[in-house]
Parts: sequence; structure tokens; C-alpha cells
Amino acid sequence: MGKCLIKNNIRKLRFMADELTQQELADRTGVTRQTIMAIENGKYSPTLELAFKIALVFEVPLNEVFSYDAGEEITKSEK
Amino acid sequence: MDQKERQILVSIISSVLIIGAYVLYVYQRQVAGNFEILDDFSFWGKTFLKLIPVAIVAQIVIHIIYAIINRIITNEDIPSKDDERDKLIELKSIQISHWIFVSGFVTAMVFLALGSKPSVMFITIFVSGFIACMVSEIAKFIFYRRGF
Repeated sequence: MGKCLIKNNIRKLRFMADELTQQELADRTGVTRQTIMAIENGKYSPTLELAFKIALVFEVPLNEVFSYDAGEEITKSEK
Repeated sequence: MDQKERQILVSIISSVLIIGAYVLYVYQRQVAGNFEILDDFSFWGKTFLKLIPVAIVAQIVIHIIYAIINRIITNEDIPSKDDERDKLIELKSIQISHWIFVSGFVTAMVFLALGSKPSVMFITIFVSGFIACMVSEIAKFIFYRRGF
């Protein structure tokens, strides 16, 4: 399994949203708590639909929740 | 260990018990001392056809019992629907089991081509089906354990 290049700020955003729990976020986005945990730990990259749902819960643009760490890939392709 | 992982463990254990009990039952009732029956095509047809409803009913009963025990012990319900990650894990594990079963099928055909008895082909197909089922469940368990 390749390294996940999508980084996220979900932990920080949950803290800023009055310490929203993983379960509450899961309920509001229609997935399980385990899926939120896997995304937060960078083990699973969500679909675009779920990514937008998470951004909607925090009322922030998508790029404030997720970012793509392309640095490593660019370095590889330049070699 | 979360709910899904526990469910997978129950599935693995119940599959081993159901298949083990069924093989033992068929062996004691029909095969013991009468090994010629293994080359009878209708015996294999009946054995496979009977296994399907027996396995389905037994799995349902075991999962109902598990759900009741789980509810009593943990006070949690088993999640009724799968999310996108569950579906992706399911797809990946089905893909793995598909390749194992196809490999078993090809091996069975090789045995036939080499002149083995039909019973060898049926046993190979049966065993590869069982291994495919087990590996699929184990792969699912590993995917859930590591996140994906």
C-alpha cells in the first residue's frame, strides 16, 4: 500500500469546533467513526463527496481540510 | 477491536465450524468405507447443492445469536449499513478471493488434464473455495485493523 499523500486538519478543526467528537462528525457525514479515525490518521483517503461533506460540517473550504503533499512525488519524477 | 473486526472473526470461526461439521457429516454418512462414491458426479452435485442452503441458514443463525450476545454484553447495535470504506474493503477482499478461487479452478483443470480422477478435481475446487473464503475474511480483518 502506497503512502497517503493527502494530509488533513480534521483533528485541529474538531478542536476548534468545540471539541467535536469523531462519532459526531461521523454521524453528520454518514460514515462510521472508524472511517473518520482512518482519515484523520492519514490511513484512508476519502472520496470527493465525503471530503466535501466534512468541509461542510466545519463550514470551511475543502482546501482548509485537505491538502495534497505533492513534494515527494515531484522529487521522484524529477529523478 | 471494533464491531466490524469482531463480526469478521465470528464469520471466520462460523465458516470453519460449518464446513468442518458438514465435511465430517458427509464423510461419516456417505464416504466412509465407500470411496468409489467420490467418483460419482451426482454425489458431488448433491453435496455442493446441499451445502449452499445449510451454510446460509447456519451463518444467519450464528449471526443472530452473535448480535443478541453482543447487544447484551456491549449494549451496542451492529451497524446496519456500510459506508464507502466498508464497500472498498469488501471489493478488495472479493478481488483477492476471486483470484484464489480461479487459481484453484485452473489447478483442478490441470489435475484433470494430467489424468487424475474426477474426485481430485472436485476436492481441489472445494478446498480452493474454502481457502478463498477464509483468505477474503482474513484480508478484510487486516484492512480494518490497519485503517485500509
